[in-house]
Amino acid sequence: MEKRVKFKGWMLPLLLVAPQVFITAVFFFWPAGQAIWQSLFIPDPFGLSMKYVGLGNFEFLLGDPYYRASFVTTAIFSTLVTLVSMGVALWLAVMADRLIKGSGTYRTLLIWPYAVAPAVAGVLWLFMFNTRVGVVSWYLGLLGYDWNHVLNDEEAMGLVVVASAWGRVSYNFLFFLAGLQAIPKSVIEAAAIDGARFWTRFRTIVFPLLSPTTFFLLVVNIVYAFFETFGVIHTITSGGPQQATTILVYKVYSDGFIGQDLGSSAAQSVILLVIVGLLTVIQFKFIERRVHY
Amino acid sequence: MADRSGMVEKRGAGLWLTHFGLCVGVLLIFFPIWLAFVASTVSQPEIVRPPMPLLPGDHFLENYERALFSGINAPVGLMLFNSLVMAVGIAVGKIIISLLSAFAIVYFNFPFRRVFFWLIFLTLMLPVEVRIVPTYEVIAGFGMLNSYSGLIFPLVASATATFLFRQFFMTVPDELAEAARVDGARPMRFFIDILIPMSRTNIAALFVILFIYGWNQYLWPLLITTDPEMNTIVMGIKQMFPSGDDIADWPVIMATSILAMVPPVVVVVSMQKLFVRGLVDSEK
Repeated sequence: MEKRVKFKGWMLPLLLVAPQVFITAVFFFWPAGQAIWQSLFIPDPFGLSMKYVGLGNFEFLLGDPYYRASFVTTAIFSTLVTLVSMGVALWLAVMADRLIKGSGTYRTLLIWPYAVAPAVAGVLWLFMFNTRVGVVSWYLGLLGYDWNHVLNDEEAMGLVVVASAWGRVSYNFLFFLAGLQAIPKSVIEAAAIDGARFWTRFRTIVFPLLSPTTFFLLVVNIVYAFFETFGVIHTITSGGPQQATTILVYKVYSDGFIGQDLGSSAAQSVILLVIVGLLTVIQFKFIERRVHY
Repeated sequence: MADRSGMVEKRGAGLWLTHFGLCVGVLLIFFPIWLAFVASTVSQPEIVRPPMPLLPGDHFLENYERALFSGINAPVGLMLFNSLVMAVGIAVGKIIISLLSAFAIVYFNFPFRRVFFWLIFLTLMLPVEVRIVPTYEVIAGFGMLNSYSGLIFPLVASATATFLFRQFFMTVPDELAEAARVDGARPMRFFIDILIPMSRTNIAALFVILFIYGWNQYLWPLLITTDPEMNTIVMGIKQMFPSGDDIADWPVIMATSILAMVPPVVVVVSMQKLFVRGLVDSEK
C-alpha cells in the first residue's frame, strides 16, 4: 500500500526517521547483535578474555538437564496460565453477553486488574498465601491442609500460575465480550427457534464464530506467559523451590546476572529471540487470514 | 438491533443466576485487592497473629504516611515520582519518534526508505526481557545506570506505535495532502496543522496503553537502578522485604502496593473508552 500524493525532498524525511533509527540501532540492534556474538564465546574464569567456542554454548544448553527442565517448566506454566485466564474470562464474558442491561457495568468492574503490574499481583498473592501470615493459607490450615509453597513444587507452580492469570482475565474478558457481541443475534435466535438449547448453541454456533478471537488470544497469552510474568516469579518464588518455577526468561536473568555466566545467558537470549520470532510469524499469518474472514 | 431482548435473553430466575455468577466472578477478582487494602489500614501485630481482620482498621493515615515519607529503603513518594517520570517519558518519547518516522515513511520517497522501514519493524514485539544482559552493558557503557535516561531510552525502541501511526496515516484522504501542496504549504506545516490534530484520539489512546506499559515495568528498573533513591515503585516493593527470617513490615508494604496500583487503575477506569480502543488498535 502506497500513498499517491508524496512530498518532495529527501533531507527532511531522513531527519524525521533519524531519532527512531538511532534509538533502535543503539538499544536494539547493537544489544541483539552482542547477544548473538557473545553466545559464541565463553569467558575465562577471571573474566579477562573470551574464548571462541562456536556453537558450544548451544550444545551445552541443549544437553543441560537444568535447561531442559526449564523448557518443560515454561511449557507447563504458560499452558496453565493461558487455559486458566482464558477459561475464566470466557465464562464471565458469556454471562455478561447474556445480559440486556448491565454488561457495561460488569466490564468496568472487571477491566481494571489489567492495570495492576504482574510484580504487584505477585506481592498480593504472596501475601494471601504467605506461610506465616497469609489469610488463605491460615484457613487452609484450619481445614487440615498444610500449605507451603516455599517447599512444595506443585503449590509453588499453582500459586505463580494463579497470580499470573489473575490480571490477565480482564484483558481476555474484554476481547471475548467484544467477540461475542459481534456475533449477529439473528443467527442465534434462528437456532433457538429450531429448538437448540443454550449449550448446543454455544458449542455449534457461538464457539466456532468466536474462534478468530480465541486463536488471537491464545498467541497473545502465550507471549505474555513466556515473557511478561518475570515479575510474578521474581516476587513470589524467585524460581524455586529448587528450580520448580524457573521459566526461561527467569533463567536468562539468574544465569546472566546472578550466575554471571554471560555466554550461556546470551545463548539463552538467542533461543528466546527465535521463539519470539516464531510466535510473531504465527500471529501475522493469523492476522492476514482474519482480514479475509 | 436496538432491542436486544429476543427469545435467547434470560429472564426471571435465569437472569438472576447470571447476575449472581458475574458477581461471584467480580468478588473473586476483587478479593486480593481488598485484602491488600485492609492490610494497609491495620497494625503489624494484627497481621502477624493470623487470621488478620477482613475489615479495615484505623491505621490508614499512619501507614500511608510512614510509606510515603519514610518507606523502608527510600520514601515511597520518591519512588512514585520516579515511576511517573519513567512512564510519561516512555509514552511521550515513543509517541514523538513514532509520529515523525511514520510521517516520513508514509509521505516521502527517500533513499533506503524500505531498509529503514524493515529495520524499525523488526523490533515489533521483541520484549526487553530477551536482551537484558547486552542492553545492560550498553547502558552501563554510557554511564546511564541509575538515571532516568537509562530507565527510559531502551524501552522507547519499539515499533508498535510507528506501525499504528502508519496504519492511521494511510487512511487519511490524499486530497488533504494534495490541497496542502497546492497551497504551497511546507510538509512540516501539513504535519503540525493537519495530521497531528487528526491523530488526536489515536495519540490519546496510545498514551493510555504506553503509560501503563511504562509504569508496570519490573525487570529493567530492577537491573539498572541499584540506588534505592532511583527505584520505581513497582520494582521497589520487592526490595522492601527483609532478607532472611525477619518479619516483613506488611502494613507499609501493602500500603505501597496500593499506591503502586492507584495511578494506572485510575487511568484505565477514567479513560475506559480510549483504553479499550488503544488496546484493540495496538494488538491488531
